[in-house]
Order: sequence, then structure tokens, then C-alpha cells
Amino acid sequence: MKAVFTRPESLTDKPFHFCPGCHHGVIHRLVAEAIDHYGVREKTIGAASVGCSVFLYDYFDIDVVESPHGRAPAVATGIKRANPDRFVLLYQGDGDLAAIGTAEIIHAANRGENLTVVFVNNTVYGMTGGQMAPTTLLGQPTTTSPYGREFGQDGYPIKMTEMLAQLEGVGYAARVAVDTPARLAKARKAVFQAFETQVEEKGMGFVEILATCPTNWGLPPLEAVKRVETEMIPYFPLGVYKERKGKDFL
Amino acid sequence: MAKTFEKGNVAIAKAAVAAGCKYYFGYPITPQSDIPEYLSGVLPSVGGQFVQAESEVASINMLLGAGATGKRAMTSSSSPGISLKQEGISYMAGSEVPGVIVNVQRSGPGLGGIAPSQGDYFQATRGGGHGDYRIFVLAPSSVQEMYDLTVLAFDLADQYRMPAMVLADAMLGMMKEPLDEWVPEPKAFDKGDWALGGASGRPGRRVKSLFLGDGELAEHNWRLAEKYREIREKAVRVDVQVPDGCELAVVAFGSAARIAKSAVDRANDEGRRVGLIRPITLWPFPTAEIREVAERGVPLLAVELNTGQMVEDVRLSSEGRSPVTFAGWPPGYLPSPDDVYGEIARRLAGGEKVA
Repeated sequence: MKAVFTRPESLTDKPFHFCPGCHHGVIHRLVAEAIDHYGVREKTIGAASVGCSVFLYDYFDIDVVESPHGRAPAVATGIKRANPDRFVLLYQGDGDLAAIGTAEIIHAANRGENLTVVFVNNTVYGMTGGQMAPTTLLGQPTTTSPYGREFGQDGYPIKMTEMLAQLEGVGYAARVAVDTPARLAKARKAVFQAFETQVEEKGMGFVEILATCPTNWGLPPLEAVKRVETEMIPYFPLGVYKERKGKDFL
Repeated sequence: MAKTFEKGNVAIAKAAVAAGCKYYFGYPITPQSDIPEYLSGVLPSVGGQFVQAESEVASINMLLGAGATGKRAMTSSSSPGISLKQEGISYMAGSEVPGVIVNVQRSGPGLGGIAPSQGDYFQATRGGGHGDYRIFVLAPSSVQEMYDLTVLAFDLADQYRMPAMVLADAMLGMMKEPLDEWVPEPKAFDKGDWALGGASGRPGRRVKSLFLGDGELAEHNWRLAEKYREIREKAVRVDVQVPDGCELAVVAFGSAARIAKSAVDRANDEGRRVGLIRPITLWPFPTAEIREVAERGVPLLAVELNTGQMVEDVRLSSEGRSPVTFAGWPPGYLPSPDDVYGEIARRLAGGEKVA
């Protein structure tokens, strides 16, 4: 019998701890497929971040160093500069990358570090229990914005991909979602492109993935998936914001 | 190699290169900027990398990343910048990543000033970051020692898989002295069983400090404690010059020890018997060596460029066996040998009660 669907080699067989309906599991699979596709499992060093994603070291059969909250781009810079022939992978949430680690991601991007960044945006702090994130949408209630995010009080949800795409050091920047099969296919392509950008040394490969957090949104999984389309995509437009074709830095 | 005439900061930078450090991550701050300036010129020519980071926070985390792959790497800063590095230092200690951190102390608290100070003794030896950990703290008191102890810091960091700090100050960093730029024998440290380099022919490996399993973290902390106990036993360095019959022994480190030495020499020239104890490792602290002097009944005088920090360790070491007093100068005024001599003379005359 021909196997038509198997677990990617770079994923361990440990069952995910993620909540029902959470998109981390799907995104982990996409990343593992990319690791396998580019054949970099044995030369990958991951910089784990803080949040629900920290446990990626249980799920990916790769070398991983754990970073302080938000600092993965700095840790990854240290790894890559000392080991330019290794493949360095970052996987960060929105609290990690868009709040406490803003300086680290912007400057790693601006230096044109050859890194691949998978940025999972679910508009909320997941692990700490559903607090407001910099990406929380206006009107969205969280445990620290109980009346809904209000711009006069909390500012606007931050659009990281658009910001980073402005930087010369970024080789690829895209925002995708995984809420429908069609979008999942595009997301897979974007993750692959973010890998290829590093492989070809074109600067930072950055992919933002809109994701669900049913537990902290207080929604059943199916409704959470619908929210990606009805509320998130209108504010966080999908698309490729930057794609460098060659090593054509300024 | 012939002797050169070199600035303390540059001696540290040259020592790092001689010790095989190829990766430096830092951020400009007075009075240590000679170190990044020197290394930015030299590291590219030895196949290394110099990264001027966006912050001290980023530079210590770059050190964590490079160190996790087993490569020799360094960061340097001065007091306010070292405060920012504490997060990363705690992570390095927790995940047992070697790396060298240089603190050319200026003065605080806050923005303070750029004058020499020993105000970071507590921060360095107690661990300014969170959690139950220690790091090596080496205190040079000459340009030659800036070089020698930087080389040693790399070896200790690799040997024990933990951060090692060279704690200097603005005076030592900015002054010039003759320097013997000896080339250390490359030492082989086996990092094959922990350093990250890609899971080639083996399962993926972790360098981490998160331990959530039942009892895991306690076990991890006890294992670290055992390592620290071994270090206290084996790695103490101290210069003890307290001959029999001493009426007083001064305890001082770093630049304070240089000034104290002149004062002690003067007292001895005048026919008194005064000793000098100079801790070279501030952690591990030379507790047993100081207790031995205290057991002989020799009163101890701690001299520091602050309002009293190391004196607490001197008291703990003496365990009440001999009186311990303190003389200190916070930043803004660098004491002369005469100032320290005055404090020694006052104690010899019985003018100072036990603190």
C-alpha cells in the first residue's frame, strides 16, 4: 500500500499539548514539512521563544536553544554569526515578537540576518491566560481589556509584517492564514519561501501566520476559525509584502 | 612576545583574541568602548564576527546564542549596561552556557557618572538576575591582570559551563601599563555532548532553563549547587600577604587594592606590621583564607571604592574571630595612598571601634 500522508520526519511522535482548535499544531506541521523539504533537519538550530510555542522543542526533532521572552532574534543572531553554515529557525508568538521583543526583531531584520522567522499572530497572550497583546483587535475583550481594546487607552493593533517589509534587510515578508484548505496551501508556500530566503542568503525570511486561540477568545473551535476570516483578515490583510528576487541589497 | 605599553581595556580585548574568542557582541558605553572599538577592527581578520547590537539586552542574548553552540564569545559593558544584561546572565547560568562578560565599572546608582567605582560588587557576586545561581567574578588590579584574568575567564567558563565575569573599573580600563601579551596554550574542552550544531546523526538536543516536570527544577538547582560547591573548593584565587605578627590586615580588590598596597607598604616601611589580602576571585570568595587570618586574631580592614559591600563577605568569613572595620570612598573621589594610610594609622592607634 502506498502511504499518501505521513508525519514529517522532523516532527517527533509526541502528541501536541495545544488546546482543541488551536492552530499551532497545523503551523508546526507546515514548518516541519519545510525542514524536511529543504533537507536541513540535521543542520537546524532553533531559537525557541516564550509562550505556548516554547514547547516546540518537544515536537521538533532538531537542536533548540531556549530564549528569554522576545529575545529569540538576538539569540538567533548569535547562533548564525558564529555558525553561518547552520540553518537557524525562529518561531515566535505576537506577545513575544510584537511587544517585549520589538527591538530585537526590528534590528535583526535591519541587519539582514539570514534567519527564518515564523510569527504566529493570534491576537492574544495565550500561555499567560488571555491578556491583551499588541495585536489584539479594537473592541476585542481580553483579561486585561475587559471592555474591549479601545484605541484611546491601548493604541492600535500593530502590523508587524508591513513594518518589517520596509526594511532593506528583509528578503521575504508575507502574511498568511491557515483557516481554509486554500489558505493553508498558500501558507505552506509562504513558509517554504521564508526558508528559501535563508538558504539563498537573501536576508530575513519572515512569515506572519494568523492563528486561532479558541480558549482565550472564549469561542468554540469552529467559530474561532470563522473569526480569522471575519475579523482578523480585514485588519491584517493577507499577501506577500516583500520578495527579493536576488541578492540585490541596496 | 615583547612587552607592550597598553591600556587596560585593550588588554582585555587582546586577551580575548589570544584566548580564541572570535565572536563579540556589544553596545557602546563609557568607559569600556575601547573594547568594542578594538575588536571591531581585529575580529574580522581572524575569521570572527563583531556585532554592534541594538542594546545590552540584545548583546547578552547574542552571547547566549553563540555560547550555546560551544563557540567562545564575549560581551562587555559598564555598570548601567550590565544591569540590562542580567536577564541573559540568569538564562546563561540556568541553561549552563559558557560566555565571558566584562564589566568596566563606572558609578551609580542610576546614570551615576563615569568615574571608577566598585559599586557593582553586590550585583556581580550575588547575581543581579533572578534565580538561585552564581557566576565567576574575577577582579584584576593591573593591566597585566586584565589580560591574564580574561584568558582565565574563558577557561573557567568552558570548564564549568557557566558565565564568567571580569569585574574591572574605569581606572583599570583607562590606564596604561606594560603588558606581556603571552599566548595561551589552546585548551581542549569537550563540548560534544551538549553544544548545539544541528542534530546530525543524533536526536535533537536542548539548551534550556525551563523545567516544568515534577521535581525537575529542584533537581536542576541542586545539581547547579553541587557545581558551585566544587568551584568554591577548587577555584578560589587570592593573594594573601599577612606575615606572622601583623597588627592589621587590609582586605581590598581591584583598583582599591593597588591604592591600599601603597598605604600598606608605607606603614611597613615605618616599622608597623600590616598585611594585605587581595581577593582575585570575588566569587568564589576566599572565605577560608580570610578566616585563617581572622583565627590568628589579626583585625581586618576592608577598603573599597563604595560605601561597604565586600566588607559583608569579610565579616562572614571572619565569623567574629577578629574585628572587621571598613573604609570606603564612593565615586567622585578616588582615595590617595595617604587617605588609606590615614585609615590604617587610625586603626593602629585604636581609634576605630568594631563596626
